[in-house]
Amino acid sequence: MALLEIRDLHVGVENREIIRGLHLNVKAGEVHAIMGPNGSGKSTLSHVIAGKPGYEITGGQVLFRGENLLRMEPNERAAKGVFLAFQYPVDIPGVTTMNFLRAALNAQRKARGQQEFSTPEFLKRVREVAGSLNIPQDMLKRGVNVGFSGGEKKRNEILQMALFEPSLCILDEIDSGLDIDALRTVASGINALRSPERAMIVITHYRRLLDHIVPDIVHVMSRGRIRKSGGKELALELEACGYAQFEDAA
Amino acid sequence: MPNLKTRPDGLRDSPMKQVLAKADAERATGDVFAAARGRLPGVGLVAQIRARAFDVYKRAGLPHRRMEDWKYTDLRALIGEVLPLAPRPDAEALVRAKVSAKQVAADQAVKLVLVNGIFAPELSDVGRVENGVVVRSLREVLEDSATGAMAGLVLSTTSDSAISLNAAMATDGLVITVNDGNAVKRPIQIVHVATGSSVSTYTRSYLQLGKEAHAAIVESFVPAEGASGYQANDAMIALVGDEASLSYIRVAAAASDAVNISSAIIAVGARAKLDLFSMTCSGSISRYQGFITLTGEGTKLSANGVNLVRDKLHADTTIVVDHAVPHCTSREKFRAVIDDCGRSVFQGRIVVRPAARKTDATLTSRALLLSDQAEADNKPELEILADDVVCSHGATSGALDDTLLFYLRARGLSEKDAQMLLIKAFIGEAIEGITSENLRDFVTVETERWLQARR
Repeated sequence: MALLEIRDLHVGVENREIIRGLHLNVKAGEVHAIMGPNGSGKSTLSHVIAGKPGYEITGGQVLFRGENLLRMEPNERAAKGVFLAFQYPVDIPGVTTMNFLRAALNAQRKARGQQEFSTPEFLKRVREVAGSLNIPQDMLKRGVNVGFSGGEKKRNEILQMALFEPSLCILDEIDSGLDIDALRTVASGINALRSPERAMIVITHYRRLLDHIVPDIVHVMSRGRIRKSGGKELALELEACGYAQFEDAA
Repeated sequence: MPNLKTRPDGLRDSPMKQVLAKADAERATGDVFAAARGRLPGVGLVAQIRARAFDVYKRAGLPHRRMEDWKYTDLRALIGEVLPLAPRPDAEALVRAKVSAKQVAADQAVKLVLVNGIFAPELSDVGRVENGVVVRSLREVLEDSATGAMAGLVLSTTSDSAISLNAAMATDGLVITVNDGNAVKRPIQIVHVATGSSVSTYTRSYLQLGKEAHAAIVESFVPAEGASGYQANDAMIALVGDEASLSYIRVAAAASDAVNISSAIIAVGARAKLDLFSMTCSGSISRYQGFITLTGEGTKLSANGVNLVRDKLHADTTIVVDHAVPHCTSREKFRAVIDDCGRSVFQGRIVVRPAARKTDATLTSRALLLSDQAEADNKPELEILADDVVCSHGATSGALDDTLLFYLRARGLSEKDAQMLLIKAFIGEAIEGITSENLRDFVTVETERWLQARR
């Protein structure tokens, strides 16, 4: 069974159809890249999978391990193992990163019927993961993303991904706003999390990211649908020819 | 004058009824004063001061909306009449008061309990008062002819009629002096417990913090089981000495149909540090007004506040910071969380006198509206009469941010928990100004209690 199965999904915002009959199958262990021009519906797709309010699902199904994901609250999806790394992680002044991580992790564990982490266990986990991502301890004591650079915010997303151990990671333009060094750090953090039990969907405009996170399957998305799927060489083809050929195909 | 949101003045009464209402209320208050006179401590000079204070009150009557400082909190319309003075608490009232006082006790604090406006030594930690601190009841001070001169100080008033009424009617309170250079270890907690119904109470306390002294004062207002419809009017007069440091934390809860009017008049000396925090969490009508005058150079003031408002509570926090001398810093952070049909009022005035060069003063006020009927009124005012100063104010109001809520929910928090976390963070911005971690926790527990009760 596919980990994530999307069948003929139609999504609208304010009476405008953004996703128009999208199909996607993602198996555990696979890394999928979704590439496409601005406005093709990539971010909408990631939001709909994570459960962001404000979208109208007009047709189709999204199944996660065979369960209807669309009927679940965003927090239930998180507890089931769906993780969205945000394109624009938000600042939350007054909530320290440490408190946020603990509240989120324990809420997920509780929802799964697991024991909540004790404070020492939790601190140990966070320190290990933060160390591997070069996240200094004092950053964890500050408000969530408050005063963080673009790179620090994205590293904080990967920290959460590592800590929550989701089975499906959706990385929405994780490369935006990163210089080449920050991109390397973030990509190696992501690569370290690749595993046979975990699937990833990497959403990006640029092939550059895919040099660092090498996908198993590349999809080209345009005007709300996946127009072409192929191996990693498809990314190279796209770079050479651009997205225009797929616009025409629509 | 920025005015974020002003309730359209729905005139409740015709002018004719206004006059009648005023006459009725005044007659009622006149009766209350006449009836209470025999029970009010102090004779001679003290009685004269009371009579003068009552005259000041009588000329103005209950504060009303045509007084600029009270424009959002029209006591004449909201209260109508002043209730008769509460009787002395009996044994049964003391038993109920003891339970409530215990519930709000701050960790390690030396508790001083006032029940229905009367000091209750049997419920207080009189024996635990530290060396270098002198605590007397107001009654004792006013009845002692040797301290007549102090009476003038303790009962001093401003033009504010609520404070004048308090001076006329004060039945008891605490007179606390901390000797020069004395660092008081444990917080001193004044607990006001209301046990009565349909009565009014008047308390007045006085704090004198000597030079280079350090102290923390916690003031709690709490209703006992069964208390209802009462009116509490409290005043605190405080003098903070040069190079002294004072934390003054106030947390006010009241019965859902009760009124709490509290005033603080504070003068701060040179190179001193004052952190002031006031939080209102329940009641029907609440007004907290703080008048802080910085009278010595180089002093740092933090004056923060929180209104937690639900049901139909009308909570007004009004703070006036008067920079009378140069080189002082003041920081004010006010936060209101408003649910249901609640209304929160914040008025913050910063006065910079002509002499007060190099003043550095900022004021921010933010309101979080959790329902469509919730209302926030914000009135920040800067009155700058000196050159070479840095002064600013800012005010915002709005709902919880959907983007933040989704982020938290996408990380596993339920909608309610995500809201709670954001509300706590919002309130936390005002609480973090409290220096002592112990007292920050004390206040945080109160906010959590409020949040947990949220439907």
